Amino acid sequence: MCTLELRNLRKVYSNVEVIKGVDLTIKDREFVVFVGPSGCGKSTLLRMIAGLEEISGGDFMIDGVRVNDVPPDKRGLAMVFQSYALYPHMTVAENMAFALRLAGVPKPERDERVMVAAKTLQLDALLERKPANLSGGQRQRVAIGRAIVRQPKAFLFDEPLSNLDAALRVQTRIEIAKLHNDLKSTMIYVTHDQVEAMTLADRIVVFNAGKIEQVGTPLELYHNPANLFVAGFIGSPKMNLIAAEVRSSDGRTSVLTLEGGSLFSVPKALVPGQKLTIGLRPEHIAVVAEGGMAGRVEVVEHLGNETIAYASIGAAQPLTVKLPSDSDVRIGEMLHFASRGQTASLFDEAGSAIMSPSA
Amino acid sequence: MTKPTTAPPHRKKLMHTWPLLTPTVGVLLLWAFVPLAMTLWFSFQRYNLVDPTISGFAGFNNYKFLLESPAFLLSIVNELVLVGAVLIITLVLGVAFAVLFDQEFFGRSVARLLVIAPFFVMPTVAALIWKNLLMDPVNGVFAFVARSLGFTPIDWFTNYPMAGVVMIVAWEWVPFATLILLTAMQSLDRQQVEAAKMDGARGPQILRYVILPHLARPMTIVLMMETIYLLAVFAEIFVTTSGGPGNATTTLTYLIYLRALVSFDVGGAAAGGVLAVILANIVALFLVRTVARNVDL
Amino acid sequence: MRSSPLQKFIVAVLGWTVALLMFFPVAWMVLTSFKTEIDAVHSPPLLVFHPTLANFTHVIYLGNYLGALTNSVAISLGSTVLGLLIAMPAAYAMAFFPNRWTKDLLLWMLSTKMMPAVGVLMPIYLLCQRSGLLDTLSGLILVMMLSNLPIIVWMLYTFFKEVPGDIIEASRMDGAGVLAQLRVVLLPLAGPGIASTALLSIILSWNEAFWSINLTSVNAAPLTAFIATFSAPEGLFWAKLSAASTLAVAPILIFGWMTQRQLVRGLTFGAVK
Repeated sequence: MCTLELRNLRKVYSNVEVIKGVDLTIKDREFVVFVGPSGCGKSTLLRMIAGLEEISGGDFMIDGVRVNDVPPDKRGLAMVFQSYALYPHMTVAENMAFALRLAGVPKPERDERVMVAAKTLQLDALLERKPANLSGGQRQRVAIGRAIVRQPKAFLFDEPLSNLDAALRVQTRIEIAKLHNDLKSTMIYVTHDQVEAMTLADRIVVFNAGKIEQVGTPLELYHNPANLFVAGFIGSPKMNLIAAEVRSSDGRTSVLTLEGGSLFSVPKALVPGQKLTIGLRPEHIAVVAEGGMAGRVEVVEHLGNETIAYASIGAAQPLTVKLPSDSDVRIGEMLHFASRGQTASLFDEAGSAIMSPSA
Repeated sequence: MTKPTTAPPHRKKLMHTWPLLTPTVGVLLLWAFVPLAMTLWFSFQRYNLVDPTISGFAGFNNYKFLLESPAFLLSIVNELVLVGAVLIITLVLGVAFAVLFDQEFFGRSVARLLVIAPFFVMPTVAALIWKNLLMDPVNGVFAFVARSLGFTPIDWFTNYPMAGVVMIVAWEWVPFATLILLTAMQSLDRQQVEAAKMDGARGPQILRYVILPHLARPMTIVLMMETIYLLAVFAEIFVTTSGGPGNATTTLTYLIYLRALVSFDVGGAAAGGVLAVILANIVALFLVRTVARNVDL
Repeated sequence: MRSSPLQKFIVAVLGWTVALLMFFPVAWMVLTSFKTEIDAVHSPPLLVFHPTLANFTHVIYLGNYLGALTNSVAISLGSTVLGLLIAMPAAYAMAFFPNRWTKDLLLWMLSTKMMPAVGVLMPIYLLCQRSGLLDTLSGLILVMMLSNLPIIVWMLYTFFKEVPGDIIEASRMDGAGVLAQLRVVLLPLAGPGIASTALLSIILSWNEAFWSINLTSVNAAPLTAFIATFSAPEGLFWAKLSAASTLAVAPILIFGWMTQRQLVRGLTFGAVK
């Protein structure tokens, strides 16, 4: 059992507030990913949870007990560091057993627990090596193994994949997902990579400038971003965000004038004259014979499995469109684009999502 | 800015560093301020260790007496001559040696060890070996060399006592300058030198436009570190000239020593001490600032 | 950069000339220490002579040499060990848990080193006299430790800064207290740095002359003060002076050669690496 509860947590560094009141409950066995741009405070928050940074305000509870002032090793949490932070003068086995040694666990039990963890991570052949003689991926696994051995209440990961190359990153990501499935323990994972967040998380917490922007499952964030920041952050390629104004509304559907002059209709009752932003995911846009948004193709990227086209529709940003791999759009071509189904998101002038009246 | 939370105030810290810092900070505080305060106090007292009848508040008399004595002015001049001459010699030779030993040549690492060796020779040994074995006007090596070349040997400590002291001190400190500037040379971007060569720069121009600017910062540090140490030169004078002949090699440091532990005039020595502290602090201020700017903390 | 063989030859000749000239006084001292007193003052100076160990045996068995040597060893080791014990926790705290005062604290420590010893000669002398520390090993150990403490703290600080902070944090998560961190993590990782700090402190204490001469007379006089007694004209025997000097300089010269690289950092407070 491990439930983590953050109540109005704050962090102030010499009069600058970097965490501005975070409320969050992390359920037992949940995999929660903190995601956000660098400098948003996600790592600081993780270090506050770990006990490496002092908490300036609010309460942090583990299983209902307030642990603000409990030193890191007494919180029962284990952390996997971005740099792995392995002890270079100790062997793999000694690294993994270090916490147990300090806790006074007898040697036979220590060896037993190290062996079990090593087998899970396929490290059993490397136990006598020093970190300097391991590859990046192996070091990463030792860092995870060191956490597993302690049988912590919860695992904390601080950007654990950012020092690995692309191929290894995908592989390790899958291993971490498997690990969560096997261990069934609570995990908090910090990353700036939204793909890692989407693939690993039960729930994603999106941070920006020291505040939570939105909490939700990956699909919730993808389909119903609460605001412009989340809309722009989740999804790759990024969602198209186009300024628009309501031209007319008949009570059930409204017609919008997009920046650049194209017309676009949405199944929502809106006030004519209202200024807003419309969000269209590139994968939700299709090429149509006529009507919709007209634009000239400026750049085409053939990625093999898909084709991405960037078209100028007269707005500030070109429209990004994801097309099938076999589409033969050419630069300079004039095309018409329309939303596939009715999957546009709308944001008011303050940047918050406009909920459809039916929802 | 923040609303009061329901939680109690967070006075308790996760990591206390003050118990770790206290011993160092505590003893240094005592070491830095107690003796200084005492010096300041003594400097206004009539106080002599061998004559207990002299006592009471002296006002500025100790300072007045010191400033008016011809020995004092001479000691300041001597101090400046010693420090200035040694600084010039060590910096010039230091740069030259640093550039020289930065080149590849046969046995360079051994030669480098030989050059820095004098720095590790204790001052009393250095002074006595130079004074006797080398600079003795009758049996010394220098006298022999002078005679072989047809010159009259120089009696350094009779005729040029300050030059003699300067030579000894400079010999001890050239390795310091060399060692530090050589280390700094090794961080010089070799491609800069190559680029300068491509631009048509020759040896002296490379020295002037590439190497010296690169060494400017370490040279400042050498200059200031040496100044601090050179202002305190004592043993070399103590074992060679004892400040003489006359007062020819009595620096401020040595003058204070004479007042303090030869005439046991605590008040007078303390007044001199205060002046020495002020002198050193002027240099220290610049040094601390330079270090503060150059060290990433 | 490629230079012609001639250039290389000139550089080598120049380099070795400089090296031999700088080292000559030391070499001449060692040479003289093996001469008889008569050969030592011979003019012209002798390069070829019958070497003798008499000066060494004389200095070791008849002079106060052994006592001074013991004092030097005790003072430099004692002040270094004491200094390290006090400085290590402070350097650890400042390197891994810096706060807004850390920089000022470090610079203040540096500034205490700038204090001219002569400015506080009288108070220190009187304090030692009153407390019975004058001419004692403990007194000199204490003074030497205090005068080297800023350098020790700075040097340790710069070496500790090179240990990744993550490793210290990982060990905190693993349950290591301050002592365990110092012993199990920092000592092995910063070991070479701590060793060179210790060596620099030993070298500086060994060669310190001002306090050594002024705070001792007979009992606690280390080698620097012992050698100074040779300055009296009546006690002047060049060969014996050379032998005593050689014995005093040799161990520290070897230490110095061993640590020359890391020394720069200590001597410049980390400003030149």
